[in-house]
Amino acid sequence: MKELEYPLDSGYIMKKRKALKRRLLSSGEERIHKRIAVLGGSTTADIVSVLEIFLLDSGIEPEFYQCGYAQYRNEALFPSKELEEFAPDIVYLHTSRRNLGFVPSPKMTEEQISGGLAEEVAGFERLWDSLAEKFRCPIIQNNFEQPYYRLLGNSDFSDHRGQVNFTMRMNLAFAERAQRREDLYINDINWLSAACGLEKWSAPEYWYMYKYSLNVSCIPELCLQLAAIIRSVFGRNKKAVALDLDNTLWGGIVGDDGAEDLVIGQESADAMAFYEWQSYLRSLKDIGVLLTVCSKNDEENALAGLNHPEGALRPEDFTVIKANWLPKDKNISDMAEEIGILPEAFVFADDNPAERELVRAQLAGVRVPELTEVTDYIRILDRSEYFEVTSLSEDDLNRSEMYKANAQRKILRAGFESYGDYLKSLEMRGEIRPFSPAYIRRIAQLTNKSNQFNLTSVRYTPAQIEEISKSDRYVHLYGRLSDKFGDNGVVSVIIGETDAEDPKMLDILLWLMSCRVLKRDMELAMLDGLVKAARERGFEKLTGIYIPTSKNKMVSELYPGTLGFSPVPSRIDGADMWELDIRKYENKNTVIEIAY
Amino acid sequence: MTENEIIPRLTEVFRDVFDDDTIVITPETTADDIEDWDSIEHITLIAAAEEEFKMRFKMGEVSGMKNVGEMISVIAKRGK
Repeated sequence: MKELEYPLDSGYIMKKRKALKRRLLSSGEERIHKRIAVLGGSTTADIVSVLEIFLLDSGIEPEFYQCGYAQYRNEALFPSKELEEFAPDIVYLHTSRRNLGFVPSPKMTEEQISGGLAEEVAGFERLWDSLAEKFRCPIIQNNFEQPYYRLLGNSDFSDHRGQVNFTMRMNLAFAERAQRREDLYINDINWLSAACGLEKWSAPEYWYMYKYSLNVSCIPELCLQLAAIIRSVFGRNKKAVALDLDNTLWGGIVGDDGAEDLVIGQESADAMAFYEWQSYLRSLKDIGVLLTVCSKNDEENALAGLNHPEGALRPEDFTVIKANWLPKDKNISDMAEEIGILPEAFVFADDNPAERELVRAQLAGVRVPELTEVTDYIRILDRSEYFEVTSLSEDDLNRSEMYKANAQRKILRAGFESYGDYLKSLEMRGEIRPFSPAYIRRIAQLTNKSNQFNLTSVRYTPAQIEEISKSDRYVHLYGRLSDKFGDNGVVSVIIGETDAEDPKMLDILLWLMSCRVLKRDMELAMLDGLVKAARERGFEKLTGIYIPTSKNKMVSELYPGTLGFSPVPSRIDGADMWELDIRKYENKNTVIEIAY
Repeated sequence: MTENEIIPRLTEVFRDVFDDDTIVITPETTADDIEDWDSIEHITLIAAAEEEFKMRFKMGEVSGMKNVGEMISVIAKRGK
């Protein structure tokens, strides 16, 4: 929704939030339902109602629990019956410096202050431990905003008795805990309050009058940032950006002006602005965002522009380049198809308002930031937080290379007699093994991100995956796949659970595969691996279900089709159910060499 | 600014905040007259009125406000 895109008109959002909610709900978009417990150290009512519209706009339909005023500590340590029954999918601890129990004073010694700091941090750790034990769900924790006055002036920063110094140390301690704990995500209000303006953010009348820890007009900014974390935790991030070229990546029109006269580099103010923007985009690629070109140009001209010696981006930085005269919405849909992601995983960046309107109207779900002045491009794209990184896995860092390898495989495929010959020529090697600690995070990430090849779309947190890996009720496998073009990393996950009634039967709770390895027979290899592991544990039968969503149609016939399962009466509403006798099963995969 | 200049603009603010295009306000309107006007919506209402009239209410004015008339008299003094 355009009204919820950065830069935000905070007054408008606060005032119109009821109408915005009504419009979002009437769109009929399919959303995932999530239960969010907001445990505040100050008033949270308006935060919850604004967060709701940002989440609805991100494909998440939230249900909220709010604790009594400032009861966050009690609720985290001794949850009320209501909170226990609510069983949150995520807990947000909305605290601020108003909730600090200890603050340094000029008369304290360094030891006293360090002791107070350690105690304060330990107090929060007890809350996180307690919540983790009771709810096993991700926790979002605010860090601390800086004070809006400084008793010691500039020394407040350098002197351990200063509040600024103390706040920094608290925040560093939180950062360190967040690095260590799988379930803890920091909502960085320290940075956000600076970006909004600390004096504005901390205007104390909102505390005196309403017990708000921040200026009410900053609530939309807070919620935009919170929604980004929640989206990322539940795998609703954007994955790719489709970039226009002329006056978006450089100044000027390459077809008219010629590549040599484009504005990019270090020669003028505008040239520097475009250069920094290109450098920012290159960094986005480094965190796993796929860059693509979507431009009305002849391809030859587009490449000449991208090869400009003063530019920061090169043609090889792009996963796909579409430089043609087709409508841009069509090009985005085509690129989505080629790369193997959904069109709504795209952000579209174009300086032309007409193109932006077209894509907004034709492709619901594609985000279209308002890019009008090159000086604002970086800030607007960055603050929109489409690509929030809550965990940066090895696979994220290599994603761009993996998708490019996919394109190379497509070229190779064209030269083979049969598809089987092509698959053999890829020299694929796989690894199918039970979950191990090194992969817990990636496995959880996949369960949240995979929508298309996903039979049940059950989402798991790292803590739940870890629990499954330690329990003998489950058979759990991850699959890695590499070939002569590169390593795809962990691409498939299966979780099976011993049937409640028949101990010889294994129910498949989750089966997913990353779309980047579709049509490689990896699903056959995974079934081989599952049967092997199930037999070793004495199972004789597998049961699989398919729960339809708007995105997983491609696997509706997986069980009865290629895999040879037989239909059985379904025990679950709206889901088809199949089973497979595995006593005489013979391996199906012939093209991937598997290590178990 | 006069009451007659203020009321139409303030009516729009009320309609936006309560998402109800049928709301009509007079100086005598109180929180009891509008169903959703509770302490939480009061905060939104004050912020929206501040933005509309490019002014700030003082803390005492917010907490002592008994009806729309009192809001109008503050806006009449400082609003733009």
